Amino acid sequence: MQTLDMATTELREVNATLQSQKADTNQRAWEIVNPKGSHAIACGLDGPIEVTVRGSTGYYCGGMNKEATVHIVGSAGPGVAENMMSGTVIIDGDASQYAGATGHGGLLVIKGNASSRCGISMKGIDIVVHGNIGHMSAFMAQSGNLVVLGDAGDALGDSCYEARFFVRGKVKSLGADCEEKEMRPEHIEILKDLLERAGADAKPEEFTRYGSARKLYNFNIDNAAAY
Amino acid sequence: MCGIVGLFLKDKSLEPQLGSMLTDMLVTMTDRGPDSAGIAIYGNDVDQNFKLTVQSDRPDEDFANLDKELADAIGTPVSMRLKDTHAVLEMDAGKTKSARAALRELRPSVRVMSVGDTVEIYKEVGLPKDVAERFDVRSMSGSHGIGHTRMATESAITTMGAHPFSTGSDQCLVHNGSLSNHNSLRRKLKREGMTFETENDTEVGAAYLTYKMQNGSNLGEALESSLEDLDGFFTFLVGTKDGFGVVRDPIACKPAVMAETDQYVAFGSEYRALVNLPGIEDAKVWEPEPATVYFWSH
Repeated sequence: MQTLDMATTELREVNATLQSQKADTNQRAWEIVNPKGSHAIACGLDGPIEVTVRGSTGYYCGGMNKEATVHIVGSAGPGVAENMMSGTVIIDGDASQYAGATGHGGLLVIKGNASSRCGISMKGIDIVVHGNIGHMSAFMAQSGNLVVLGDAGDALGDSCYEARFFVRGKVKSLGADCEEKEMRPEHIEILKDLLERAGADAKPEEFTRYGSARKLYNFNIDNAAAY
Repeated sequence: MCGIVGLFLKDKSLEPQLGSMLTDMLVTMTDRGPDSAGIAIYGNDVDQNFKLTVQSDRPDEDFANLDKELADAIGTPVSMRLKDTHAVLEMDAGKTKSARAALRELRPSVRVMSVGDTVEIYKEVGLPKDVAERFDVRSMSGSHGIGHTRMATESAITTMGAHPFSTGSDQCLVHNGSLSNHNSLRRKLKREGMTFETENDTEVGAAYLTYKMQNGSNLGEALESSLEDLDGFFTFLVGTKDGFGVVRDPIACKPAVMAETDQYVAFGSEYRALVNLPGIEDAKVWEPEPATVYFWSH
């Protein structure tokens, strides 16, 4: 395991070192110590490495991630895993606002709670939150899955497109054009796989599915495969 | 942006370090706003006296002999501590009204930063590090305090546009965000007799709370009604004689993190501000909910 100490190493050097690890790297296990809430830790990674951040992070940790696994042993500030493309980001604690915003792919696991705007404008990312999520989550969500073991705040899925939301607890209110939907066998399969990969102790049957009522945007069934 | 910090001590043995801890927290937030900085300290070293903290752009002229002239005018002893552009005038609590009236006569250009039994507010244009050094905040002890570093968006960078804003005796307000209905609200409050020194949006927020409390609301009620009457973005931290309160607007896009241990309750715009507090690794750390009023008091 390679250790990067942020008490003695500049953020740019930490990120440049991690970003230079490509698909053929032999140095796959990395550890960041003394993050102390710094911004933009482990952003723009582009190889199959595993990065463990020992402590809580500030804005935008793990942003734009491709292929790497970033594990935050602490809580994350606003915009964690923003615009993630692939790979995995795991947060042991809570995540602040707009976790996983605009994410195109990969898996974001939040073991505590996420605050407002979780998964805003998500475009294919899968997000599993073990606790609760705040208001305006999945606003304008386009595709991907948002799984919540706890409760959701106000206006879930406002103006959403074809993303799926699975909530086990209560939903304070649904946003415009978001509605409760039937849980079909294919959804149970999707959910089972996501819960397993996220290490979540819950049964798919306990969840309710929500999604777009398709009245607000110009949905055309011929384009369904594009989502 | 703007950065806010607050520290409320439960453990009395930390009180001598309050100024130093709060300064470190505020300096960490410097890159959220480099324009001006201010700090309100609730000191614990008063002997039944009332404190007026005042500021002048020409302290040498304005503060010369001020304690004696003021004492003559109100007929009771006045002590004065000088700190750079600020001075703390202490006097018998019964004489505060006449002292403020006398001060306006004697030194029309001197501005009142704070009034109260324990609070002292120091604020100036500049970086948190420099502002804290000018007023020797590190050496100050106290039971709780709040600080602010400003990135000006709504109005000019001036001493009077810096935070905290006094909202009444031993009360003050710092703000991260921007109010969008401050002009119409200022006009309404002016009609009700409130006076304003700046074009600043937060000063309107402070005057609003003061007005509400002058008309029968307690601080909690005033903060609750601010959620209805103020339009815009805000995370407010309010200092009171006994503690502090936090409220965020319903959209809650301005950040806030809290930490609590047996020794303290701490507030920061970001977790970075809290990382060097003792025992932070084991503290309860959380984000305050939108549109919810929180209070801690001794």
